[in-house]
Amino acid sequence: MKNFHVAIIGGGVIGSAIAWELSKYKLNVIVFEMGGDVASATSKANSGVIHSGINSPYGSLKARFCVEGNKMFQSFSEKLGFPVKWVGKYVIAKNKDETKELERLKKVGIKNGVAGLEIIDGFEVKNKEPNVSCLEALWVPTAGITLPYEMTIALAENAVINGVNFSLETRVINLKKENDSFSIETNKGTFRNDLLINAAGVNCRDIVSMIEEPEFNVYPCRGEYLVLDKNYHNLINAMIYPVPPKKQGVLGVHVTPTIEGNLLLGPSAEFIDDLADKRTTKKMMKTLMKEAKVILPNLPDNAVINAYSGIRCKLASLEDGGWADFRVEESKQTPAMINLLGIESPGLTAAPAIAKEVAKMISKHIKLETKNNFKTWKFREKRFQEMTQKEQSKMIEKDERWGRIVCRCEHVTEAEVIEALSNSLGAKTLSSVRYRCRAGMGRCKGGFCTQHIVRIMENQFNMDVNDIKLNSPFSNLFHGRTREVEDD
Amino acid sequence: MINRQVDVAVIGGGPAGLSAAISAKEHGANSVVILDRNSWPGGILPQCIHDGFGVEETGESMTGPEYATKYIEMAKQENVEIMIQTMVLQFDEKQNIIAVNKNGIHTIKAKAIVLAMGCREKTRWHAMIPGDRLSGIFTAGVAQSFINLYNIMPGKNVVILGSGDVGLIMARRLRFEGANVLGVVEILPYASGLPRNVVQCLKDYDIPLFFNHTVTSIAGRERLERVKIAQVDENMVPISETEQELKCDTLLLSLGLIPENELSKNANIEIDEITGGPVVDQNFETNLGGVFACGNCLQVYDTVDMLSLDAKRVGKNAAKYTDDQKQKENGIRLLSGEGVRYVVPQRINEYGKMQLTLRADKPKDVSTLYVLFGAKEILKKRLPWVNPAIMIKIDVDISSKVLESGQSLEVKIK
Repeated sequence: MKNFHVAIIGGGVIGSAIAWELSKYKLNVIVFEMGGDVASATSKANSGVIHSGINSPYGSLKARFCVEGNKMFQSFSEKLGFPVKWVGKYVIAKNKDETKELERLKKVGIKNGVAGLEIIDGFEVKNKEPNVSCLEALWVPTAGITLPYEMTIALAENAVINGVNFSLETRVINLKKENDSFSIETNKGTFRNDLLINAAGVNCRDIVSMIEEPEFNVYPCRGEYLVLDKNYHNLINAMIYPVPPKKQGVLGVHVTPTIEGNLLLGPSAEFIDDLADKRTTKKMMKTLMKEAKVILPNLPDNAVINAYSGIRCKLASLEDGGWADFRVEESKQTPAMINLLGIESPGLTAAPAIAKEVAKMISKHIKLETKNNFKTWKFREKRFQEMTQKEQSKMIEKDERWGRIVCRCEHVTEAEVIEALSNSLGAKTLSSVRYRCRAGMGRCKGGFCTQHIVRIMENQFNMDVNDIKLNSPFSNLFHGRTREVEDD
Repeated sequence: MINRQVDVAVIGGGPAGLSAAISAKEHGANSVVILDRNSWPGGILPQCIHDGFGVEETGESMTGPEYATKYIEMAKQENVEIMIQTMVLQFDEKQNIIAVNKNGIHTIKAKAIVLAMGCREKTRWHAMIPGDRLSGIFTAGVAQSFINLYNIMPGKNVVILGSGDVGLIMARRLRFEGANVLGVVEILPYASGLPRNVVQCLKDYDIPLFFNHTVTSIAGRERLERVKIAQVDENMVPISETEQELKCDTLLLSLGLIPENELSKNANIEIDEITGGPVVDQNFETNLGGVFACGNCLQVYDTVDMLSLDAKRVGKNAAKYTDDQKQKENGIRLLSGEGVRYVVPQRINEYGKMQLTLRADKPKDVSTLYVLFGAKEILKKRLPWVNPAIMIKIDVDISSKVLESGQSLEVKIK
């Protein structure tokens, strides 16, 4: 049995942000993640938006952590080396009724401490966004975009460099509180720790129920997205949002530019029974296109290169309006268990602020002593594709593997794939390569590079073909070798 | 930065690039270089281990690797330089190419460029197949490379969506390797691959072919576990009562090919929306003078033999261009009319005899092909039958009068 001060359940953006925050102190920390990599669920499947804080009521934790988190993003991104872009967003009103809603959003935003909000008329919007027609719009300059999976990976890998343990493909089976410590039974053995952080996202209730009777319910709400080819990135400059629908506690189908130059349509909002049901559906794909066209009529029909969905962890049912506040609290029944419940949107934006809050809560139990040797490591420098020809030449001179293109759509080199596979978390799935260096994320969806990545995994990382996975523990890509049984 | 000059630079070392390069050399180009991003030349051929290559061209049936080897040897004899693991990043209208390999960034100034980048396969999202993001979905060509080049089995129980040639050939190939092929599902009432492949790859092995069917959903949390297929009505909408479930761990997609023209688009080459390839004239020259296109990045060919023969002509034209760089008029357009999916070339700027390649839009019995100049028939030819899977080639003589009129020509099949 191994002993830790703090165990974090869940390697999403919240768990990883907490892990990084705690890695600044003299603590033994372990993170259990059931996927093959961090950010393997909702943290990678969202809009990638850094919210401003106009959408949550004044006084709520959502508003507070969102506004605080938003202000921390720029320095976070510079320190850790993941990208942000402050593209801003327009909430557009199509009629008089909706313009009233803009006024309301503006008021809430100002009260929450959001700067720079401005209501502008349709002509001015047209000047900035020629493809958008509306009566009026609320301009939100402090809204931005990021790559949620790169952010999570950057946080997690920085935590590892500072001594945090991450245990991937590790599912928590049972929890017990014995005297003053927790015993955590997993498929990778049993662990003992003093403090427990439940950052299991949509599975947060399952974790609570292992140790006490939960007094809340989780209502999974699926959001589907469509990704469009990069050829259409110039249709918009900023994010375009509708006025939020009255029910469901969501923001409505919006069009978002991504850091990598694609367009994102979505998300839908569908309350489902099974919190692991991450399917995309034909019906919703059609609906998304239809609804996105209401705000951006010029959207092409045949430019979809990908679809995905994420599950929102809602604490209020559809009947109750779908909106509930975040819960960041220590269990009353089980002291030393800190539960993070209902962390849905704007959870990504709130993550840095929530991590600080959790550290504060932990300091009531354990004295936090700052490490002297805390290091900050930049998750990524420039990619080959982003370099000037001079910089590219220099890299190739140093290491010829920078001159071998493995992914033709995104121009990713062998050196970058090897670096991705050498990550400090030890994640070695095809998706972990994709999310670190973009190989396989382009329009051919891995048609050219998959075989080369598999060869690198086999030859340079001694992986057996039967151990090569797409993402999760049972997502094996292959069924052994051909003619494995020798003929007599 | 490594700088150099060549007469003809060929982008892509598959069958089209090899054939064009050899021909350019034979027709007087002094220096010809092939730039290929893969670790070996030959394009897709090395993974096509079935035979039948070369029959139309030479009468001799070869496997893909044999056919490739023959051309690679010929290229060596002609002193064509082949640069492998070399990726072209861009080229411009002045025929400057920027490429990268392990030696560094290369700037290559060519007198003529031949585009021979080939195709990529359509993916799950072209068919908009919803469901989980799981493993077990491969395009047919990727599965083919794993089995034939790396001895890796993609799966054991396989459903194939789309009846393109690669899909048909993979059905047989997987059966040979002991996999259970549950069937090939085709949304159209006819196969999109060659009729001979339907017989030799499916019928001979009792592999079911479901016409007018499509995959309606896929299921499985981590690896594929089952797919649902259903018959479609005349509007291609699935009929829910006909839905059936097939237990499988692998879905191969043979949905067709997309010419790879990202480089061409970045260089402002005009692209035909139907073929997905550059708009060319009778010499296969694009709207950028001195830039020619051949092979599957121009139009998807039925067989390598036909592709190689056309590519030879392209190589010759490119060689000719290197010592005779005259500016040409825009010429007249050749339009696809009733019954015709597309026609190549799309532009004509010289009079005289030339060959047109085209495809019908659907299968038909006895039909007549017309090349029309206004109401006037320039050519009328009876066809015993037509099938979109089989490319039609016809020779036509364009007079100087037609060319000077500036009016478009139209090709029809009735």
